[in-house]
Amino acid sequence: MDKRELKQLKKIATRVRKHIIDEVYSASSGHPGGSLSCTDILTVLYFHEMRVDPKNPDWSDRDRFVLSKGHCAPALYAVLAERGFFPVEDLVTFRSADSYLEGHPSMRYVKGVDMSTGSLGQGISAATGMALAGKLDKKDYRVYSILGDGELQEGQVWEALMSAAHYKLDNLTAFLDYNGLQIDGKIVDVMSPEPIVDKFKAFGWNVIEIDGHDYEQIINAIDQAKKTKGMPTMVVAHTVKGKGVSFMENQAGWHGTAPNKEQRDQAIAELDIILSELEGE
Amino acid sequence: MADKIATREAYGSALAEFGGDERIVVLDADLSKSTKTDTFKKKYPERFLNMGIAEGNMMATAAGIASCGKIVFASTFAIFAAERGCEQIRNSICYPKLNVKVAASHAGISVGEDGASHQAVEDIAIMRSMANMVVISPADAVETRLAVKAAIEHDGPVYLRLGRLAVPTLFDENYKFELGKGATLANGKDVTIVATGLMVQYALEAKDILAKEGIEARVINIHTIKPIDEEIIIKAAKETGALVTAEEHNIIGGLGSAVAEVLVENYPVPLKRVGIEDKFGKSGKPAKLLEMYGLTAQNIANKAKEAIKMKK
Repeated sequence: MDKRELKQLKKIATRVRKHIIDEVYSASSGHPGGSLSCTDILTVLYFHEMRVDPKNPDWSDRDRFVLSKGHCAPALYAVLAERGFFPVEDLVTFRSADSYLEGHPSMRYVKGVDMSTGSLGQGISAATGMALAGKLDKKDYRVYSILGDGELQEGQVWEALMSAAHYKLDNLTAFLDYNGLQIDGKIVDVMSPEPIVDKFKAFGWNVIEIDGHDYEQIINAIDQAKKTKGMPTMVVAHTVKGKGVSFMENQAGWHGTAPNKEQRDQAIAELDIILSELEGE
Repeated sequence: MADKIATREAYGSALAEFGGDERIVVLDADLSKSTKTDTFKKKYPERFLNMGIAEGNMMATAAGIASCGKIVFASTFAIFAAERGCEQIRNSICYPKLNVKVAASHAGISVGEDGASHQAVEDIAIMRSMANMVVISPADAVETRLAVKAAIEHDGPVYLRLGRLAVPTLFDENYKFELGKGATLANGKDVTIVATGLMVQYALEAKDILAKEGIEARVINIHTIKPIDEEIIIKAAKETGALVTAEEHNIIGGLGSAVAEVLVENYPVPLKRVGIEDKFGKSGKPAKLLEMYGLTAQNIANKAKEAIKMKK
């Protein structure tokens, strides 16, 4: 990847982070922490990797994406809006009664959303279904999904992982947004899913561990997944909850809390500094 | 009323008959020999996927497959489909209105020997309370075949309630099946018996019992419990003045409740409900259980007379 593209991706991701803050601030509710931690992965998927057409969101040969951790809708909506699926201006209507931007992603209301999610554990099953359909139809589209690390506590995740490996779904790549925190605290304190990497391997997945905020590593992981035949790939992405906003980073308290005006302004100011630095480079 | 065929058998045969449609994909959770999806599997193995004993995952996987333009039949026992897979059906299938047909066999107490743990008597109540869901409960093999065809043609989620027990074939090749429309099987002016599933045969027998006492009972078969045929029920209320419902399901939330809702809001008349009276099932021979739980022609006839007495 050339430097120009890298800078472009970083600029988009920073704009996405600003949108996340404003979505959650406007709604006075929502999930900023996990949205900020998966922003870089989503940005790479929609602006570097995935074959999608915002003018034809239901295109049957498109790559699919399922946000299994559906509460991070603010990140998905921001990326979809930046990608041109719907107006960026609509983002601040998030969670309001007269808006199509549901609190959790709805495929019936929001252009570009491939599966309705929000109830943890179900998205990865749906992504498995899409990958199965791709194999049945001998299509070359790929299916991507992002899971939360707390979500691994849902037994259904393991049912889905078992079935994806059983059916050798090498057209399926999942990312684990491994930020280590869930609503009630550290995942290892609430209900440890460790050892995570060993479990994924034991379930028959190709596992790649990366820094989930490093664009080259994200891209390389996707490329390796595409080259891996006969098994699905799990990219274990080490991330920082609240990434990009100093006072939200690594704080479980920002899982599902909206910033007040002062906090919102500070967050936007921090992200604006990053943006202007990127412009100035 | 010659052959006895279980509706699950008819389901498997219908899947194989209509399975030439390349959009159809069938999932099962390690019960394909019992749900009879193995009949489809033998003919179209490439479009049959065994998802193992993991019903929640099967339902959400079905949703993902359906989102790619497929018509997915997902089968297991009713207890594991409607109840184990309940929230997956709600959030991943009904909410996004995906083309998944949850075809659930072994509904009700006529499961028999496996006992209460395997006898779904709540599934109609659960399934009909989900927006976008169509609920069909066929009475015999002929109706099951037509219900499968209708489910394929309907764009959206369907719950198809099937039984383990072989039941008499009530209808012939001329039988007309229209989704959402009840069928009047016998005309009468004194009382109406509204039945679904395997209770339809007993409703017809109850009509004969009542006839011997000079009571003319109308018999309506409600195969589509949701959306329910309001018109045929209101008409029956107006013309016969009293109704009895009969279902192999808890009297709470099923056909009886659905009919009561229609009556109370439109044309209140006396209603008696025959069904499982807020109890769990148990092990036993199906015929013995049906008798123990009052799912008999005689009980329907008795309740019909009670309903008639309540007329003003």
